[in-house]
Amino acid sequence: MKIKDTLHETYSALTANKVRSSLTVLGIVIGISSVIAMLAIGQGAQNSIQNSIQSIGSNLIIVMPGAQRGAGINISAGRGSAKSLTLSDSDAISKTVTSVAGVSPEVSSRYQVTARGTNTNTSVVGVESAYTTVRNVEVDTGDFISDQQVASGARVAVIGPTAKDDLFGVGADSVIGQSIKIKSIIFKIIGITKAKGGSGFGSQDDMIFIPITTAQRYLSGDQYVTSISVSAQDSASTASVQQQVTDLLMIKHNIKDAASADFSTLNQADIVSAASSVTQIFTVLLGGVAGISLVVGGIGIMNMMLTNVTERTREIGLRKAIGAKRKDISRQFLIEAVVLTFSGGVIGVILGWLISFTVNSLGILQTQVSLSSIVLAFSVSAGIGIVFGYYPARRAAMLNPIEALRYE
Amino acid sequence: MIEVKNISKTYGQGESAYQALKGVTFTIKDGEFVAIMGPSGSGKSTMMHILGALDTPSSGSYHLDGKDVSKLSEDQLADIRREKIGFIFQSFNLLPRTTVMRNVMIPLIYADVPEGEREKIATQALLAAGFDTSHFYHLSNQLSGGQIQRVAISRALVNNPTLILADEPTGNLDTKTGEIVLGTFQRLNKEQGRTIILITHEPDVAEHADRIIFIKDGEVVEDRKNHKKRIAGHH
Repeated sequence: MKIKDTLHETYSALTANKVRSSLTVLGIVIGISSVIAMLAIGQGAQNSIQNSIQSIGSNLIIVMPGAQRGAGINISAGRGSAKSLTLSDSDAISKTVTSVAGVSPEVSSRYQVTARGTNTNTSVVGVESAYTTVRNVEVDTGDFISDQQVASGARVAVIGPTAKDDLFGVGADSVIGQSIKIKSIIFKIIGITKAKGGSGFGSQDDMIFIPITTAQRYLSGDQYVTSISVSAQDSASTASVQQQVTDLLMIKHNIKDAASADFSTLNQADIVSAASSVTQIFTVLLGGVAGISLVVGGIGIMNMMLTNVTERTREIGLRKAIGAKRKDISRQFLIEAVVLTFSGGVIGVILGWLISFTVNSLGILQTQVSLSSIVLAFSVSAGIGIVFGYYPARRAAMLNPIEALRYE
Repeated sequence: MIEVKNISKTYGQGESAYQALKGVTFTIKDGEFVAIMGPSGSGKSTMMHILGALDTPSSGSYHLDGKDVSKLSEDQLADIRREKIGFIFQSFNLLPRTTVMRNVMIPLIYADVPEGEREKIATQALLAAGFDTSHFYHLSNQLSGGQIQRVAISRALVNNPTLILADEPTGNLDTKTGEIVLGTFQRLNKEQGRTIILITHEPDVAEHADRIIFIKDGEVVEDRKNHKKRIAGHH
């Protein structure tokens, strides 16, 4: 029997029972489309998290103060709240550590900020001019904090677009030259940063930047900094920069043992990998749930094929009586199962892509349908067709023609 | 040419073993119209299964066209059925919701007859069985009992078999339609020289054949020429 004839037989058998065939296909469609949509959403979440991590800067190493651990009782006020880093540390880093693109010490805290009667609670960050290069901040209008303003401790501020909207209303322009009050001290706005969008680890749009010296003098009242961001020249040198920074600060702070360092360093690559391992787990989880529905769909196929074999026992008997071999029978039933799963696979891929497209266009998440997930879903559906179709097909082929013909 | 020599068939083993056939021997020449008759439980169904290459005997030999069929594998038996035997069943066994033409073409599909020739061959078979041309493309579930049995006869004829094996072909038909079907067999036997074996428990039906083999309790009790052959439609 030729393949073409087998396909024709399959076609007439499947169309003879349209409702049952389409319900079986539906099971596979749901399985495949959910696998594709879930993987696309997982991939989208992963990309979105990585993008927001990348937006805080590139090849960044963040040095944060931490409580010094020594002999006796340690009273920890929480990591990062201790005061152990100063501007001289950041100067030392930029002078001695090699392959560094920029060093940006920061003094940040949240304050109530007022302007013309409105007020908002936002992050006020004391920075140097290097902040723009290290943290990828661009100025939309006006200027950023200059070295001169840092040296003189000028009371000037550069505000983020969200902070601007909160203080002056949405769409307010010409805010440059206006004044805002931070902790009752008047600052003059000299620039507005470009919107970066994104969310995640604190929106960079909702910030106010002032010279670091001004922040130390008027706001924090001491000579410490809350963090030092160091940007390496390229991703390959981040590890070496991190090591050099650690070594340098240990010597400078007179610490022998790395375990009792009064600071900690955080590599951006570590954050990225930690975050992506989390999202990967989510993707696997979502894919796993979708995979279960795929298996359920497969069992649906097997169920239908078994019912089919039972219902068509006499037909099988007849086919055998008029000369069909076992091979002809098993091939026909196997192809029926494969055709069902294959068409379910095609519809499922289209539906999964549509779901992903909808999620995308509704702006929920930037999803991404990967070719590998389509290939995976497709091969799984074909595999299910073969695996779950094989048993019923074999059962049909092994039927004794005499008993099959007598079957009521 | 059908040569059955000392065929026995035993079902089951040990104490529960049941011997359906006990050393049956007969020869049927090409072009004969034979009825195998017997009451239910006589072994005539088992005889039909063996003659139709649906089953093999426990002992003895069965030569069909000089070829020993009694010791073939299942797939080899399928080849024999496809090439040499045309079946007509009591319950017709047409494919449901399928056209008359397609039902008749199915044996040709399994025989790998080229697609372009199938319809022509099937048309000839349908005409030979006296099927009305206007119903060629009706669905099998839209036909009357007599029409269905004509389709089944056409399907049995379509592969040009050595032997047409009809198992209680009139069992599900009223007397009048049954007569018409038997008339078709007589015509095919007379005009085309088809070898036909009719399995039945009804003497009225058996008497349409030229020769009657009586089977009882697994043995041939009588094998005679039918001298008062009934011609279908003439009571």
